[in-house]
Amino acid sequence: MSVITLTVDGCDVAVPAGASLLQAAGAAGVKLPTLCHLDGLTPVGACRLCLVALEGTTKLLPACATEAAEGMAVSTTSPELREYRRMAVELFFAEGNHICAYCVSNGACELQDVAVTVGMDHSRFPYRYPQRPVDASHPWFALDHNHCILCTRCVRVCDEIEGAHVWDLAERGSDCRIISGLDQPWGEVEACTSCGKCVEVCPTGALFHREDGTSEKHPHRELPFQLRLAREQGQWRNQGQALPQALEGGGEDPS
Amino acid sequence: MTGVQAMRGAPRRLRCCGASGCRSAGSEALQVALEQARAAVGLDAGALPIQPVGCLRLCGRGPLVACDGPGGTALYGGVPPAQAGALIAVASAEGPIDGPLRAEAALAAHRLDLSHPFFALQIPVVLEGCGSLDPCSLDDALAHGAYAQLKRCLQDLSPEQVRDEVRRSGLRGRGGAGYPTGLKWDTVALQPAGPRFVVCNADEGDPGAFMDRSVLEGDPHRLLEGLAIAAYAVGADRGYLYVRAEYPLAIERLRLALQQAQARGLLGLGHCGSRHDLQLEVRVGAGAYVCGEETALLRSIEGKRGMPSPRPPYPAQAGLQGAPTLINNVETLAALPAILREGGAWYAAMGTESSRGTKVFALSGAVCHTGLLEVPMGIQLRTVVETMGGGVPDGGAVKAVQTGGPSGGCIPAERLDTPVDYESLTALGSMMGSGGMVVMGETTAMPEVARHFMRFSVNESCGKCLPCRAGTVQLEQLLQRFVEGRAEAADLDRLDALCRMVKATSLCGLGQAAPNPVLSTLRWFRHEYEAGCGPLAGKP
Amino acid sequence: MRPRAGPPLPDAGAQLRRLRFATVWLAGCSGCHMSFLDLDEFLFDLADRVDIVYSPVASDIKVYPDGVDICLVEGAVANADNLELAFAVRARTALVVSFGDCAVTANVPGLRNLCGGPGHSSGEAVLRRGYVELADTHPGIPRAPGIVPELLERVLPLHEVIPVDLYLPGCPPSADRIRAALLPLLDGQRPRMDGPAMLRFG
Repeated sequence: MSVITLTVDGCDVAVPAGASLLQAAGAAGVKLPTLCHLDGLTPVGACRLCLVALEGTTKLLPACATEAAEGMAVSTTSPELREYRRMAVELFFAEGNHICAYCVSNGACELQDVAVTVGMDHSRFPYRYPQRPVDASHPWFALDHNHCILCTRCVRVCDEIEGAHVWDLAERGSDCRIISGLDQPWGEVEACTSCGKCVEVCPTGALFHREDGTSEKHPHRELPFQLRLAREQGQWRNQGQALPQALEGGGEDPS
Repeated sequence: MTGVQAMRGAPRRLRCCGASGCRSAGSEALQVALEQARAAVGLDAGALPIQPVGCLRLCGRGPLVACDGPGGTALYGGVPPAQAGALIAVASAEGPIDGPLRAEAALAAHRLDLSHPFFALQIPVVLEGCGSLDPCSLDDALAHGAYAQLKRCLQDLSPEQVRDEVRRSGLRGRGGAGYPTGLKWDTVALQPAGPRFVVCNADEGDPGAFMDRSVLEGDPHRLLEGLAIAAYAVGADRGYLYVRAEYPLAIERLRLALQQAQARGLLGLGHCGSRHDLQLEVRVGAGAYVCGEETALLRSIEGKRGMPSPRPPYPAQAGLQGAPTLINNVETLAALPAILREGGAWYAAMGTESSRGTKVFALSGAVCHTGLLEVPMGIQLRTVVETMGGGVPDGGAVKAVQTGGPSGGCIPAERLDTPVDYESLTALGSMMGSGGMVVMGETTAMPEVARHFMRFSVNESCGKCLPCRAGTVQLEQLLQRFVEGRAEAADLDRLDALCRMVKATSLCGLGQAAPNPVLSTLRWFRHEYEAGCGPLAGKP
Repeated sequence: MRPRAGPPLPDAGAQLRRLRFATVWLAGCSGCHMSFLDLDEFLFDLADRVDIVYSPVASDIKVYPDGVDICLVEGAVANADNLELAFAVRARTALVVSFGDCAVTANVPGLRNLCGGPGHSSGEAVLRRGYVELADTHPGIPRAPGIVPELLERVLPLHEVIPVDLYLPGCPPSADRIRAALLPLLDGQRPRMDGPAMLRFG
């Protein structure tokens, strides 16, 4: 495995070839704020919170979606970057209907977390109060579009890990929204395996268990990473004789 | 002479503009009336051909008809079908058509002066066939030299030699960003062996821009030849032409041209008798402006939702289906046959040090002569707007010129002496863009212009990245306060700060450029924003 | 955006006298005031340091007084009375604190902004919903000018109505968070508002 060396905020780091700048920042002990990124899923670079500056260019690059290259000099913070990140979080709050007080994910919400990280004590942008529906047609889960930040983690986990591709995007701009199936009620989408991975990875209270009340959502956001690792390394095989014969060598999905 | 004006001593014929602009002004009815009038005087198509052609440039005076004869060419605009007889009389008369005929007198009000700078200062390169040949006829295109350079490339030149010639020409991407074409080609050509694609970006979506449409509608074979030359130069054997659905006539003519060229063996397997293949396909967009952005365009061709993705990797490295892909705009590709025919040095001799050759502009707005013009790079903006365009109708003063559409900006009247090249326009806070040029008179309110373009970006944002999706909405709301006189002084700072954030942090060019109309009008017309901090300031 | 100027802290002279302290209750559930009362024994310390000149929980004065040093404002601005009081607070107070999520974001009271749709008064829409559409008997929108304050078209966070000097989010802000913000203020210092202990919404 070849190794890439670069600097992050002046600190020398070495990462395996193919690693992202986000991983390189992690190696340097810098935790960049992220919302759309989730370990185990393909990066999309949509939330723009992990933007970093690269010496030699004026363009800011999403750390999650940029591959580390030899000799890069990455800067993860500056007054401009701090201000852009804070404005980005304010825009997230202003574009949806995020009322933490009664939200299922209050206390376990990544949007709430990044607001603290970027020091957002209020939004300088007026809240938009968009009219958005709630889909409670699924017997176990529900989707509250009011809390959706369009990170597309649900789209990706369903497509890339579960292989069902129940979720996708419809419309555009500020009308953009998550849809299930062919824009059907979730409960009517036959492709849905009700695995709940989308609920586990949702950063906010948009996807939740129906029985969750305020502050009762406890997501499991490491799931995609763990599943991907398990599959790539064939972890179930390592348990040897403990597994039934049928699974041995069959490469069946352990989830 | 090419383009609008025919050679002196050219055979008698009438050329009727059949491009979209003149069509909407009634060119089809006029052509029918002309054919009837011709029959009425006992002439047939052999004696007096009436030929549909591409854009004749002065779109604002359509429908346009060019009348060729031994004495040269006369151009008429806005002729009603009732006067078709007079046109036939002029066109079929013996002797010089400038003669004192009664018919001529009847048409005097419609006669357009071809010696006017609007025509005289044009240098047709991309548009050299546009207006002189029948876009639906392969034979006509071949008679004008179509596919000759492709054949020459395939038979006599190596891909490296073709790329050298293009590099020598100094041609830069005409889609807006101005990336050096030769460099882009080299990047694709030098990727590891494997499949490659070429893509023509014909998703021309800027308001006020119709350069590419004119080429597609007026000279589609030139574009196909250019794309085939590009494919040979980078080693691609498959390609796509991505045309926006809002251009039905362009799609129709492009598809026809492609069929004709394939049926004649000029494109396809072993095309032009060579060992090379080129399979081309026309793909039609679905109404998303963002699909003009190259990564979104590629996703759309792949059948996916047209959303941009972060670059790098660039399409030249990993484009369609992960293969190296060359994407060039229509005008870029259409310049190639002339560049190869006359040589890169010939092209590079036109224009400025950094911006070589010619550029097609679509001139519209508060200007006397609206239409299509191809001029050398480096020409003063004032020459285009005032000398060629005739300035603001009724003698009013020019206030600003908008270039680059929703990604560009407004250049104030006091900067009209700026040369039109990539760097100069960028330095003024605007951009070359694809070539739309909208002239604004003194009654235009700049915050309203900014809000207009911001609304466009709000509507066309794909919704993938936050700054463009949510930031443009907030910007439009802020601009609305200035338009309505409800803004407060602090709103100016907010506007400026949010513009910078959206510009710096958006994922693709659409979002990054969306604040430009605001920033440029803030820069040159700040007093109008200050005036928007009115008596209603602070009212929620 | 310009870096925000530091709040106009009570002047040096104020350190020599007792601070004039107020709390105000606009459109909120009074939860922030309950949390304020949760300060428990710190309330005695506070009472040693300040004069409470106006407060729904610690004073019987009906008119917002002049020359207030610090005022905690709970609640969003939802009706004509809220608006009038907010203007009075701003005019007569050195340091205005947006106290709790309703003041900072409009929060739950702001949910009525979802009624009526864009371009329409959510005040009218919510009254129609409550008193006409859902009425069992005698549907009709109550009107009592001068007695029942008119609803504003939209519920607004405090800073969209008046300039605010300090934001103290939370639904409600915990007593610890309130104390951590107040202690420096009493000494004429600006509190450090960062980290989950001081900033978290909800």
